This record gives sequence, C-alpha cells and structure tokens, in this order.
Amino acid sequence: MSRVELINVSKNYGPLRVLNDVSLSIETGEVIAIIGRSGSGKSTLLRCLNGLEPIQSGEILIDGVKVNDPDTDLRKLRQNVGIVFQSFNLFPHLSVSDNITLAPRLVLKQSPDQARKIASDVLARVGLADKIDAMPQQLSGGQQQRVAIARSLAMNPQLMLFDEVTSALDPELTGEVLRVLEGVARDGMTMILVTHEMGFARHFATRIVFMHEGKVWEQGAVADTLSNPQTAELKSFLDAVLN
Amino acid sequence: MIREFGTGDIVYLVFAARWTLALTALAFTGGAMVGLVLAVMRISSFAPLRVAASIYIQIVQGTPLLVWLFLFYFGLSIAGLPVNAWTAAAFAYSIYGGAFLGEIWRGALIAVAPTQWEAGASLGLSYIQQMRHIIMPQAVRIATPPTIGFLVQLIKNTSLAATIGFVELTREGQLTSASTYKPFAVYITVACIYFLICFPLTQWSRRLEERFNVAR
Repeated sequence: MSRVELINVSKNYGPLRVLNDVSLSIETGEVIAIIGRSGSGKSTLLRCLNGLEPIQSGEILIDGVKVNDPDTDLRKLRQNVGIVFQSFNLFPHLSVSDNITLAPRLVLKQSPDQARKIASDVLARVGLADKIDAMPQQLSGGQQQRVAIARSLAMNPQLMLFDEVTSALDPELTGEVLRVLEGVARDGMTMILVTHEMGFARHFATRIVFMHEGKVWEQGAVADTLSNPQTAELKSFLDAVLN
Repeated sequence: MIREFGTGDIVYLVFAARWTLALTALAFTGGAMVGLVLAVMRISSFAPLRVAASIYIQIVQGTPLLVWLFLFYFGLSIAGLPVNAWTAAAFAYSIYGGAFLGEIWRGALIAVAPTQWEAGASLGLSYIQQMRHIIMPQAVRIATPPTIGFLVQLIKNTSLAATIGFVELTREGQLTSASTYKPFAVYITVACIYFLICFPLTQWSRRLEERFNVAR
C-alpha cells in the first residue's frame, strides 16, 4: 500500500479549476519535490493532503485512509501528517517549548515532563536546543521555521508536508532551514515539498513532480527529469529557474 | 426642610457608589456570558447560528437600554410575572452588555490570523482545543482595551437603573440635591466619584493598548 495515493483528484475555487484530474502515488521513504510556476496548484495539492482544503472529486488516501470522507477522523489523520507552512505559523503567545509540547500534551496525552523531553530532543535535531524557553518573536525567521519543523516532528508523523518553507526567508537564512530538511530526509521521513530550491531538490529529492495548470505535467527521477525534460513547459520552467 | 450639603452627604454618596459598582459587576458578568456565546456564534461555520446572533445584536444595539429596563421591570409585572429590581436589571444589562461585548469579542477572535487555526488543526487539535489554547489567549490580548472601554460605558449606564428604583450613585445625588438644594455641589461630587472610578480604568486600558501595539 502506498503511503499517499491520489486518484483523479480535482478541486475548484468557484469557477477556477486549481487541480485537474491529479493522480499520484508516493511510497514510504520517498522525498518528493513538487515544482511549478505560482498558480500551478502545487500548494493547494499539499493542503488537500491533510484535509485543510476540500476536493470536489477523486480520492486521496493516506496509508489507505480516505482523507475526503466525512467519516474519516481528520484529527487522527493529522497526527500522522505534519505540515510546515511558508509563514511558520508558530503560536506567538506560547514559548518555543509550549509551541512544541501543546499538541503532544493535548492530542497524544503525554505528561508535561515527557512532552518537554521530546521537545528538547526535536529542538536538538533542528539545532536549537538552547532556545527551548525563548518566545517566537525573539527568534530570527530561520530559527522560527526550524522551531515549526521541530513542532511537527514532535508528533512523530509518518509523512511531512513542506509548503515553500524557505520562501519567506532571506537567502542567508534559507541554508539553515535546508540543512534541517536534509537531516529529516536522511532519517528516512516520507516528505513532500513544494519548493523553489532547485539545488535542494536535485540533491535530496527522490522524485520531481512538475505541476502545470493544475495537472501533474511531468514526473520522474530527479536527475533524469531535470536534465532531460520531456515537455516544452518543464523545459521553459527549468530554463527560467536555473538561469 | 433644606439642610446643608456637608461631609455626611459626601460619605452617603460614596456609599451609594457601592450599588453602582454592584450593578456594574452584575451587568458585566451577565453581559460577558451572553457576549461570549454570541461571539462564538458569530464566527461559527454554521450559517443559522451566525444569522441568529447577528439579528440579536442588531436589535439590541438599535434599542435603548432604558427600554429594556422598563420592559423587564414594568412590562413583566403587568404581564403577571412580577420581578424584583435586581432580576430586571440583571436581564436588561445582560442582554444589552452581551450585544456589545459579543461584537467586541467577535472582532478580536477574527483578528487572530486564520493560519493560527490551520496550524492548530494540522497538529490534530480539536475545534475546542484550538479555540481554548490558541485563539482565545491571543484574542483576549486584542480584546482587553476595548472591553475595558465598554466597562467604563457600563459603569456610567448603571445610572439608568435609578429609573427602576435603585438608589445608586446618581439617584442618591438626586435625593441629596433635593434635600440640600445644592444641585451644583452635589452633582459635581457625583461626577467626581464616577470619574475616580472610571479614570484608572481608562488609563489601564490605554497602557494595555500601548503594550499590545509594542508587542506586535
């Protein structure tokens, strides 16, 4: 059974069709880089995967559980699917520690001590062990994003979604976040990244998915797809982003 | 018989202010309970709840508080349901305060970025957990200055309860003025007492507002 399975998924915003008959299958341990122009539907696709956005037709299965089914317990599903956003979305009124331990305590019913232990573990993974008692606004953008990744990791998800996680950061802060992503990828996490970081995609993704006009326009192994695009659209996209 | 306006009268006025404070506490507590329910209804994803709360708020904000006081105090007794002044005041002020606090708090709730809800939902938190641990704490900070502002309005509006028999600060002033025939001195004293209650609150509200603006 695939970790993630999309079958003929379509989604509209009013009259606008943002996902058009998307089918995609992702296995455990894969690192998928979704690339494409803005408006191609890549962020929407990600947000449909954990049920933040409803779809109009088709099926999305995560570990065999149907996301777009009213009987599915989305809360349970989301415990296994972490998502990291472009704008971090840390809780500004809570310390780094509370940001990370909130869901483990409330959702996984961990004791405060247990949750804090996990918080310090995940913070160590993102290189911020010394910031456990800081407030979000005391951190740089790059550090905030690393805390957001740690917050997701603390739930021990089976799949992680990254929605342009470096797009809001200055170039010098992008590197520190990418290094954290590399670490997560090396640990064998199944990851789906919407990204503009072609360098990162080239080195750490196992597969490239190029989206265009709401469709999976072209996909394949990284080296092949990037060096030998089959469609004119991917070729012109790559020419634009690589030069 | 006309007597002098002396220290004794001032002490009486200060004592009458305790009814003003008691009415304020009652009105604010009742209003807060109604307001909280209305605010949550107003941001509900279930349209009938939103519409019902909105209609309620429109009606109450479009009618005078005095009419609500009369309606509960005189109206209900004529309808065969005699209520005492406290009960009538409790209902009228809760209805009135709820409509205003509901709108203030709704504004504060929607001022918290929608991405905060998303972040909570994505971690598997329930609606109530998101509300309780993520949205409310942030909304309280936003809502505190305007809520205190409304509290000040409420303190002053408790004087309307004099019309249904409460001898609170304003009514005590009227009585004192009638027996001393010193309206100017009496009402200046009354005004000073209101001011001394309200001024610290407005200052506090201003300080919180500044701190909130710095914090963002």
